[in-house]
Amino acid sequence: MDEGLRSELQKQGVFTTTLEDLYNWGRKNSVWPLGFGLACCAIEMIAASMSRWDLARFGAEVFRPSPRQADLMIVAGTVTKKMAPQVVRLYNQMPEPKYVIAMGACAISGGPFKQGYNVLKGIDRFIPVDVHIPGCPPRPEALLHAFMTLQEKIDQQQLTGANRPRHLNADKPSEFPVPEFGEHDLEPPNNRAVWKAPVLKR
Amino acid sequence: MLSLESIKAQVEQAIPGAKLAIVRNDAPSAQHSLLVDNASGLAVAAFLRDDPALRFDYASNVTGVDWPEMELTEKIKVKKMVEGVEKEVEEVKKTLRPGYLEAVYHLYSMELKHGPLVLRLRTENRTDKAHLPSLTPVWRGAEFQEREIFDLYGIVFAGHPDLRRILMWEGFKDFPMRKDYAEPDDYEYEPTPHDDVLERARQHYPAEGKG
Repeated sequence: MDEGLRSELQKQGVFTTTLEDLYNWGRKNSVWPLGFGLACCAIEMIAASMSRWDLARFGAEVFRPSPRQADLMIVAGTVTKKMAPQVVRLYNQMPEPKYVIAMGACAISGGPFKQGYNVLKGIDRFIPVDVHIPGCPPRPEALLHAFMTLQEKIDQQQLTGANRPRHLNADKPSEFPVPEFGEHDLEPPNNRAVWKAPVLKR
Repeated sequence: MLSLESIKAQVEQAIPGAKLAIVRNDAPSAQHSLLVDNASGLAVAAFLRDDPALRFDYASNVTGVDWPEMELTEKIKVKKMVEGVEKEVEEVKKTLRPGYLEAVYHLYSMELKHGPLVLRLRTENRTDKAHLPSLTPVWRGAEFQEREIFDLYGIVFAGHPDLRRILMWEGFKDFPMRKDYAEPDDYEYEPTPHDDVLERARQHYPAEGKG
């Protein structure tokens, strides 16, 4: 819609918008996180939701106890290999559209436990992550920033066309394979459809 | 607390057939430990707990130690005929010490306020005879710690009420805290690799780490 016409109409008391803007505006301001934490980052996540940092300002005050009611998974803390299948399963149980914030050094890469035998080197090996936050643990402000970044991302989604989001594209998966416990490691150790080993550009 | 030597003498007197040895610790802490044979391990533990002069009623910490097979070298002086004259010559003697696993118990007495007494149990080898008597019947608090040792070192505790893996999952085959554990090959790029990480970085990113 023409911007000049829109502002002219606004002066007359007529507000116009597009369905896409309205849809994205509604969704970005009611992202309900799933209430679960894995380690110390969860304490910062809880602090961010309390009165001092007040995540409720962004429409995310209701941490849902059930994945069926949640839109956002905040992976807050170390994902051990023993816990990874349960995290993926929780993600699969969330209805589309769903988003993931990987919070903290452990969730994005394994962090200080990267060389250990029992810690997953980043949850992005199994599920698609929308926003990564570095930090050990990240400050609540960093979580707020990640949340605003996610809101911008939701706001820019197109409802039609080739770049439409996953939940509007019937061909794209909404569930991802849950790894199984193998004899030496998780089977498979990563999901090649989601994650690729980093390539160095020199 | 009584000296380790006198505790050893008391135990040997009370439990006939118990084979005890003192393992010296030459570090500044000088925390010597008592090595107990497996057959009388449980009886010795019960005696240490119940004897009125000892009363070690609290197992503060139980941990495992892996001793892989190792070549020990020591220099010994040997008398030899060198060019018709008898001389003392230093020779290097090499002995192969077989590998074994150990469980180490740190015992304290809450009642008499003394401790620690360090108790060691040693398996016969690291493979098929990695068995030890469980001391959980004596100190209930050892239950989860013995499970952890079973999980990470592979020591089988006979007489343990619930011997399952506690940290890793059921079906996991390796023992991650053993010296010869080879972790799955899932190296990921790191900006500042060093030591054995650098070695793995060279394998996975041959162009890296040459300089």
